Amino acid sequence: MALIFHRGIIANSQFFSRSSGVLFRRLRASRSCTSARGEGTANTLKEELIQVAPKRALEPNTHGFEAIIGIETHVQLFTLTKAFCSCPYVYGSRPNTTICPVCMGHPGTLPVLNSKVVEFAVKLGLALNCGLSMTSKFDRKHYFYPDLPKGYQISQFDIPIATKGFIDVDLPVEFGGGHRRFGITRVHMEEDAGKLLHSETGSYSQVDLNRAGVPLLEIVSEPDMRSGIEAAEYAAEIQRLVRFLGISNGNMQEGSLRCDVNVSVRPIGQSKFGTKVEIKNMNSFSAMNRAIDYEISRQVLLHSQGQSDQIFQETRLWEEGAQKTFTMRKKEGLADYRYFPEPDLPEVVLTKEFVDKLCQGLPELPEAKRRRYEKMGLTMQDVLFLANDNHVAEFFDASLENGADPKLAANWIMGDISAFLKNERLSITEIKLTPFELSELIASIKNGTISGKIGKEILFELLAKGGTVQSLIEEKDLVQIVDPAAIEALVDKVLAANPKQLEQYRAGKTRLQGFFAGQVMKESKGKANPLVLNQILGVKLKGES
Amino acid sequence: MPPPPVRSPSRLLLCHCRLPFHISPQTRLPLSHNSSVRRRFHCSAVSAVSALSSDPQIAPTDLTTTPPSSHILSIRESLLSRRRTAADVAGEYLDRLRRTEPHIRSFLHVSETTMREAEEVDRLVASGKDLGPLAGVLVGVKDNICTAGMPSTGGSRILEGYRPPFDATAVRKLKEAGAIVIGKTNMDEFGMGSTTEGSGFQVTANPWDISRVPGGSSGGSAAAVSAKQCVVSLGSDTGGSVRQPASFCGVVGLKPTYGRVSRFGLMAYASSLDVIGCFGASVIDSAIVLNVVSGHDRFDSTSSTHEVPDYASFLMSTDHFESTPLKGLKVGMIRETIGDGVDVGVISSIKAAALHLEELGATITEVSLPSFSLGLPAYYVLASSEASSNLSRYDGVRYGNRATVDELNSLYGDSRADGLGPEVKMRILMGTYALSAGYYDAYYKRAQQVRTLIRKSFKDALEKMDILVSPAVPSPAYKIGEKVNDPLAMYAGDIMTVNVNLAGLPALVVPCGFVEGGSAGLPVGLQMIGSSFSEEKLLRIGHIFEQTLPNYRFVPPLL
Repeated sequence: MALIFHRGIIANSQFFSRSSGVLFRRLRASRSCTSARGEGTANTLKEELIQVAPKRALEPNTHGFEAIIGIETHVQLFTLTKAFCSCPYVYGSRPNTTICPVCMGHPGTLPVLNSKVVEFAVKLGLALNCGLSMTSKFDRKHYFYPDLPKGYQISQFDIPIATKGFIDVDLPVEFGGGHRRFGITRVHMEEDAGKLLHSETGSYSQVDLNRAGVPLLEIVSEPDMRSGIEAAEYAAEIQRLVRFLGISNGNMQEGSLRCDVNVSVRPIGQSKFGTKVEIKNMNSFSAMNRAIDYEISRQVLLHSQGQSDQIFQETRLWEEGAQKTFTMRKKEGLADYRYFPEPDLPEVVLTKEFVDKLCQGLPELPEAKRRRYEKMGLTMQDVLFLANDNHVAEFFDASLENGADPKLAANWIMGDISAFLKNERLSITEIKLTPFELSELIASIKNGTISGKIGKEILFELLAKGGTVQSLIEEKDLVQIVDPAAIEALVDKVLAANPKQLEQYRAGKTRLQGFFAGQVMKESKGKANPLVLNQILGVKLKGES
Repeated sequence: MPPPPVRSPSRLLLCHCRLPFHISPQTRLPLSHNSSVRRRFHCSAVSAVSALSSDPQIAPTDLTTTPPSSHILSIRESLLSRRRTAADVAGEYLDRLRRTEPHIRSFLHVSETTMREAEEVDRLVASGKDLGPLAGVLVGVKDNICTAGMPSTGGSRILEGYRPPFDATAVRKLKEAGAIVIGKTNMDEFGMGSTTEGSGFQVTANPWDISRVPGGSSGGSAAAVSAKQCVVSLGSDTGGSVRQPASFCGVVGLKPTYGRVSRFGLMAYASSLDVIGCFGASVIDSAIVLNVVSGHDRFDSTSSTHEVPDYASFLMSTDHFESTPLKGLKVGMIRETIGDGVDVGVISSIKAAALHLEELGATITEVSLPSFSLGLPAYYVLASSEASSNLSRYDGVRYGNRATVDELNSLYGDSRADGLGPEVKMRILMGTYALSAGYYDAYYKRAQQVRTLIRKSFKDALEKMDILVSPAVPSPAYKIGEKVNDPLAMYAGDIMTVNVNLAGLPALVVPCGFVEGGSAGLPVGLQMIGSSFSEEKLLRIGHIFEQTLPNYRFVPPLL
């Protein structure tokens, strides 16, 4: 169990400095691991790597180098109004239709904080296991750009609302699985900027301020990720969290969840970080995964060719078409944002009651869900499938509440229901089937009222048209035939209708039993209980009647 | 509601030992016998109206020295009694404005709808409906305070022609109280300056001597009230921009506690210091305006929820002053403000004013504020830092003047280079420097520490004293052009006022005397500083001071 941290192997000082008691066992594990490394036993290391991280093979060949990845995530909050004015924000609105003097930065206007932003920030802070600053403040971050109306962004600088947390992630089974814990450096509140729309000729640009002033939470991770998949899963977990918490739609395509990734590479054993490169423009988790792995390979190649000085501190864009990163801009020294405390806004003071209330109101979060499903005996594959989407998880949990068997419910959801959703391009919230009916269905099959095959038919009926299992069974007369006499009559009928095949069977071609069984089933419209059917059929075929 | 007549309690005040040249020659009185300084506390509506009416010329031989009366109350009284119409009153002010404006140049924009709005007030009067407390009162609004549909430039070329889509909260409240905005008054660009010479458009002259500055940055608002171009006016005070011009122009200037009046719609210069204040010809008028504009505003998170007392009714109810109405009042004279570098005439005016307070029953004690001299550098660091941030929005992208260029950096560079004046550029540069990485601790942070010290030293002093007094400015009004090339000398002129902004305290400037200069002498203002939200106390003391101050009439020779 403690081994789950070994794959990283990195002496991550942040882990050691953390004082959480919960982490103790893992800290010890990490420490022993470090001492092993201190002795320079490369072989042991390699073995451990292979032992606990079978998916290593899937990752870029890092030739004795390791990648250090940190992520800054911007989450757009779906509050009714913007952070500092009463404008709504609706993605895709006509340009400059949801703006006012405040978010346009007119002279004399002042920001007024939307209290929902604080509430959402506290919720996320709690969900990320952070410490909260009971008194925090806003600061101004200055730069000139036409999409930034005031010439500064209202943000939080030295006292963010939440700090020093962590997030737990289960890697997908197909990538080798494994549990990871990544540190969260801080969460802070800020406002979004507008957008520039560039003309096709490039001769002019237009400014759309609809997005200006929309509340954001920026989540800064510790540099704890080591591969593209870890980074992608970190981001996916953030997406799940914000959706579970109901604070953002977390939609990457709409820009509600944006990740800027910092990647650097260094030889294993070196404590100094390599030059870090920032990657932007990834609008899916799989793009993140590929972009990071590409970037790691690029940097490792330069390192191994002795050209590490050719790695510049810069911002690179991921281009989906080329599957490569390209230089966007080189950073000439650090930008000076001239932060200073925002004088137009009072300090943000949290009360214990406020925090406690939000804490009690938190829903079950993905990590807790996964652990709970795991305890039910579901496989990790099942666990991840069910817990990764809060709507699916809700559906699953609701069917369990009605007494459905977890494994059977999981199978139905992951199998036929999910296939149906995929075909019809629907989400689980859009189907007519209710969790209650799924549990009824499972129960009806389990108690023998209907066969599994009929169950499947009913399921599709329920998915598409709704209704109840009970009424469908009655309406369509689908109750399973278990009465031996009734089945015997059917068997007789089939045998009589197929004398040729019967003759062949009795001549030794016994595999024709399947044919007869099918015919009887057909005759019964699928309602015959297969066990009883096969038993009677066997006897009849042998002519023992 | 007619103003209650304030009658004279027949009592004697001691004769002050004043040097003759400290007294406006126009209003100088024989000092030889006690009877001449006998106070007459009549400021009945009738006398107030007559003071306002047709003949603006004040006979230099007028020896009655009527104390300042409330113009707002007399307008109200004449409307209610139907003696005059709002249109009459507006016509009178507009006539005077047209006559004096070529010399004074206090307005950047004069409203074209004043008469129409006055007629609207008259219809309201005729209908017998309730009148707002400022019905028919013509208000000048400093140009950095937004007025819907009326140009608001903050005195800057970069906002030339800009008309805000909304009223500042203070303006909205004035309008709701029935006031008519007569126009936008001149100022140093974005409030940065002490003379109006920093205006992007014009220089305002001091009505007491048109070769002199009216002070600044709210110079236009002060001059306009002094010259009776409007009844009252709004200004803004970041480091003394209401109090200093009030002193230079001989009017009452009130800088409320930080947060007392909403800043929404006030173009930010230094957000943590900016306050909207007001000018009036009397303390009562200032109090009535403060009453209207004060209070919490949900559009300004820094506005206070502290209760707003009825500042004005309290003053009006003062029918009878006791012989020593300020008995028991502890007044601290700030030692650091009456020493080196302060004009001797100013010092003696202030000392005489202190004597007058003493005669009214107050006890005067010299107090020392050891951190006082630190205020000026701390102020310039903080104000410039905040200004460099606040003025970032003037980029020509969304409103205001935009340079015609092809490329983004030039759009910023040229729009700002062309639109902003030299003083503003200098302060943006200073502020940008102070906030830069590596300098922040040495400048901004240190200045904030000084600010904390100053706040504490005021708090300590105001625990022992009821109010503190000092000059509002170390000198009388300068000549136009006198300090244009010496910014440090100009900044030094703010020494009396900036500390009060750093501490966020309220302060009232009341004219208290004259020094030699011009044809009629130059007014000097007494600054009274109180603890946070003690405006009521300041106004009461100011009112008593003003109503009992013998021998002076603060009506400029221009009228």
